[in-house]
Amino acid sequence: MIHTYGDLKEDHLDILREIGNIGAGNAAASLSVLINEGVNIVVPQVQILDYDGVIRTVGDPEELGIAILINYVGDIRGVVLFLLSYEDANGIADILTCGFGEEDEKAGGMSEMKLSTIKEIGNILGSSYLGSISSLTGLGVNISVPYVAVDMVGAIMGAPMFEFSIDNSKIMLIEESFKTDTKSLKSHVILFADIPSLNKILDKLGLNE
Amino acid sequence: MSEKIAVGISDYKASSAPDTLVTYALGSCVGISLYDPISRIGGLSHIMLPTSMLGRSEGDDNRMKYADTAIDDMLSHMECLGAGRSRIKAKIVGGANMFGTTDGSFIGTIGDRNVDAVREELVRLGIPIVGEDVGANYGRTVHFDLEDGRVVIQSIGKDVKEL
Repeated sequence: MIHTYGDLKEDHLDILREIGNIGAGNAAASLSVLINEGVNIVVPQVQILDYDGVIRTVGDPEELGIAILINYVGDIRGVVLFLLSYEDANGIADILTCGFGEEDEKAGGMSEMKLSTIKEIGNILGSSYLGSISSLTGLGVNISVPYVAVDMVGAIMGAPMFEFSIDNSKIMLIEESFKTDTKSLKSHVILFADIPSLNKILDKLGLNE
Repeated sequence: MSEKIAVGISDYKASSAPDTLVTYALGSCVGISLYDPISRIGGLSHIMLPTSMLGRSEGDDNRMKYADTAIDDMLSHMECLGAGRSRIKAKIVGGANMFGTTDGSFIGTIGDRNVDAVREELVRLGIPIVGEDVGANYGRTVHFDLEDGRVVIQSIGKDVKEL
């Protein structure tokens, strides 16, 4: 049993890294079908960080980014966050909308059409990620509707972190990024899970004494 | 020499003119600036959560994380530096709902709860709020100039605001 994120041992981290690998790998496969180009993930990392460290994971906190947030509930609870640079998100949305909705694009803004496309991408990627964890562990997972934010990445990252900061001075996150055959996307796929959920996952995979 | 002092998440810093205190990318967190215009001593706190009552375990003793403990501690710190309690006034910034969620979830309500808790604590301490930029759904960076107590707020795609 772990009581805080700091209790996670090396073999726990290995298994969580593998979860990230499988989850984000499935999400990458879904993204690949959507944009019709090969998508891979860059080696997953499991990190246990203090609050400022969590924010620093995504780089300059004041930089503009787009995030899709999905809450998951059921046997396990937490948040999946997909974070993309504005340019990359715009590029992916361009491929999928084929230029539709561009007329309502304000100066420097993103059209409603593109935003809802991005939301839907998040929905699909989130389902792939969490569906694979559910299959692997046999734990039931339901996902919320996706929420989108376009703003400073630091302010965005804080939102999911809060809930997990209660009783924890450090936060665990499983993090990967996507790259396509032609370029590396400025992206982060981040999974947060609460302590009881981590215990359940470790239990199911036979690693919890 | 004036210094720019960064305040992290669940952190506070107190100093005096000519320094500037800065905290970056406040989302649903709240930045609380306290300023005594006579001694020109000020403090900036960056809280994450409304009340230390949320914490259930003994292990979590970071008082700078919660509105109800951080402001109190920062005020004492400023008094130690020579600030006069009766002259101190507050400006508060942040407490956004970044994802605009309306489903009653923790993420959607925490900004408002943080702002409410900060107001309550400032009333309890008898410190008037003389400026605020709270709520809505965007991030804010705060520069708090201890020369004159000005609070400058930067957001993406918005005009710079001054309190």
